Amino acid sequence: MTHSPDVLIVGAGIVGAACAYELAREGARVEVIDSQPPGGGATAAGMGHLVVLDDNPAELALSQLSVALWRELADQLPQTAEFWTCGTLWIAANEAEWEAARAKQVLYPDSTLLDAQALYEAEPQLRPGLAGGLLVPGDAVVYAPVAARWLLEQANAKVTRRTVTDITALQAGAVICATGASARTLLPDLPVRPRKGHLAITDRYPAMVRHQLVELGYLQSAHGDAAESVAFNLQPRPTGQLLIGSSRQFDSDAPGIDAPLLRRMLTRAFEFLPGLAHCQILRTWTGFRAATPDKLPLIGRLRDHLYIATGHEGLGVTTSLGTAKLITAEILGRRPPIAPEPYRPERFHA
Amino acid sequence: MTAFDVAILGAGPAGLSAARAAARSGKSVVLLDDNPAAGGQIWRGNARIAVPSEVRFLSATRVFDLRPGFEIACLPHGTIRAHKLILATGARELFLPFPGWTQPGVLGAGALQALAKSGLPVKGARVLVAGSGPLLLAVAAALRARGARIVGIAEQSPFSRILPLFQRHPSKLPEALALRARLLGVRYWTGVWPVRHEDGQTQLSNGKRISSDYLACGFGLLPNTEAAQLLGCRMDDGFVAVDSRQQTSVEGVYCAGEPTGIGGLKKALEEGERAGAAATGQPVAIRRSHTGGFVRDLAAAFAIRPQLYDLAGPDTILCRCEDVPYSAMAPMREWRNAKLQTRCGMGPCQGRICGPIGAHLFGWKPDGVRPPLFPVPAEALARVETPPGPENDRLDTGHSSNR
Amino acid sequence: MLKILVNNAVVHVPANATVAAALLHAGTAGFRRSVTGAPRGPLCAMGVCMECRVTIDGQPHQLACQTFCREGMEITAP
Repeated sequence: MTHSPDVLIVGAGIVGAACAYELAREGARVEVIDSQPPGGGATAAGMGHLVVLDDNPAELALSQLSVALWRELADQLPQTAEFWTCGTLWIAANEAEWEAARAKQVLYPDSTLLDAQALYEAEPQLRPGLAGGLLVPGDAVVYAPVAARWLLEQANAKVTRRTVTDITALQAGAVICATGASARTLLPDLPVRPRKGHLAITDRYPAMVRHQLVELGYLQSAHGDAAESVAFNLQPRPTGQLLIGSSRQFDSDAPGIDAPLLRRMLTRAFEFLPGLAHCQILRTWTGFRAATPDKLPLIGRLRDHLYIATGHEGLGVTTSLGTAKLITAEILGRRPPIAPEPYRPERFHA
Repeated sequence: MTAFDVAILGAGPAGLSAARAAARSGKSVVLLDDNPAAGGQIWRGNARIAVPSEVRFLSATRVFDLRPGFEIACLPHGTIRAHKLILATGARELFLPFPGWTQPGVLGAGALQALAKSGLPVKGARVLVAGSGPLLLAVAAALRARGARIVGIAEQSPFSRILPLFQRHPSKLPEALALRARLLGVRYWTGVWPVRHEDGQTQLSNGKRISSDYLACGFGLLPNTEAAQLLGCRMDDGFVAVDSRQQTSVEGVYCAGEPTGIGGLKKALEEGERAGAAATGQPVAIRRSHTGGFVRDLAAAFAIRPQLYDLAGPDTILCRCEDVPYSAMAPMREWRNAKLQTRCGMGPCQGRICGPIGAHLFGWKPDGVRPPLFPVPAEALARVETPPGPENDRLDTGHSSNR
Repeated sequence: MLKILVNNAVVHVPANATVAAALLHAGTAGFRRSVTGAPRGPLCAMGVCMECRVTIDGQPHQLACQTFCREGMEITAP
């Protein structure tokens, strides 16, 4: 005979794993189902940049909470999770962007505004002629598939490999749908659509870049609604490899590499870091972010005992821990650490 | 936009044979190879079929992406277009891990031969040859001819399994005897394999310890099927599936030689001829019936014994790019999970060495293939060029034997 | 014969030698350090295994087995 678990989570990516971890810490018996190995979907495809973003107060609150939670967890993570507080350096290409950086600084208590000279001291490989930047030292990077597996192990969660076709048929005290961009195959009414991204990774070039480098123009790419956009977003891995992003593309379900878009993305990166052109690319790949119309995730009860945790777009790894706090508070009827209303799925049904 | 009628990937025996056949049609043909000269691994720089004068030969050219149409992205030439493709991408050696196999001085059997042909003097060097397959004898004979001291040849397959190959294919016997004659006085053990290597000393499974300057090992050949996989060609048990005209499941893509089944020179030449004719609309000679039988019997004669999958210790490195040991990989259940959790296969060889090891030791199925097929400078992926075509002579033909 | 520099020492090599052949001939067994610091040399010698990567004229990660020696070439192989 089988006992249904307290909580059944569909999706063993970073969000599902974080939910499993948090609920297990509260004493729940958790099971997880995925058609892929843990962290094998968007979790593996993404950069693993743990970053505070401030497009709106809700995004800021959730990402701030989450990055703080990651930093609390850092000492316990295994070495292979490659957690590294390298900070984010927002690059201002011109005076207008530098003014934007100055405005942004107010929201980031520990950040430092860099003039051009300080920028080149921090990152000597950047092209000449940039105006400056904003260094946010508390941001970090993590290798998310290992973090996801570790969270599941800590949760002592039973992980089953199978494809769920009818989520409403699952038996448990609570069922959480954490299947990222494919959530709509289970719940067709969800306002989630895939937003494809490309990444490329280089061989090892130690110390060539020291911080995650993001152009301030990235925010237009991430938060805009353009069918297709690229922005310079480059991550130094603790291995010395460079992870190169980013692209955003709506309405493409094909997982293959879009050569012209990859070209645009790399060309954009060379504009900021000319030396990158000579670095050897080992692999390129794509993944699908789960995008919502208002750029905020869907976190909370959908109906009955069915909960949803998806729609994190490019912030899934960052906000997984905060998401888990919100879901756990809701399932257990506790007080959430931040106001949950902006993320509730019913905002789209009103 | 100009395009070649036919592009042939690989200038080994199959590719050269295909080029010769295709050139007879009068159509425009381009032949690409990543080595500096034609001949492939077997003829390496000493090709017994010349590149036909009508064929554009691009040597030292590395193909890193193939797109429908067909677009061939390569270094250093950029993008080349062709209406038909012939894949003659050859094979590489299978390496199996044993303690010490990552030490300098332990290398592929074919590798040492290649190095000897590309400027490494081996006169007086002590060489132990180990592994499996007919290549071992060929390599030992070639190295000996260059003055190397072959201190032994260890063939893992027992004599009782090799013998039936010659009983069923007696035409292959003179070749084997001729090789053996070139190795008179060299110890040749069958049913013996290396179990450990340390500081120039190899422990063999028969208890012998052999000192050498090089341990040259190869456990058989693996087809290079990455290009075919990238194009979406149907695979059949690890090899590219082809019809009697060497056409793959993808219209306009043909395949010849080792990628369709490890069978050696004669098979490669026949298949190249057929592919070259078929891709240019010429009549295609009827398939020789014995080829398939020989491929099967050859594989059976040199099938790897299960003991060879148990040589690695917990600390033995399986993924050499990322230094992932056996103990980290063994619990992973599948290749994709192993990649995600241990970084195996994530290095610059893109899993070409450790992927087959995962397949042999653990039965893991490798992932699909994505561009770039080899590590390339980022600028190569970002470049948009005027594609060189048959009418366009700006192309640097490098070591071309013509024009 | 050509003159090349291996870790700043002059080495004479045949005109048509690859960098891999030249390094082995010069007695360089370890071409690179693995990610955990172990010495590694060529394995496949046909541009597949990537074990023979060296720094050539300041460019890291160059394949020694696929590169011909040129007069004055500087090779770093730790």
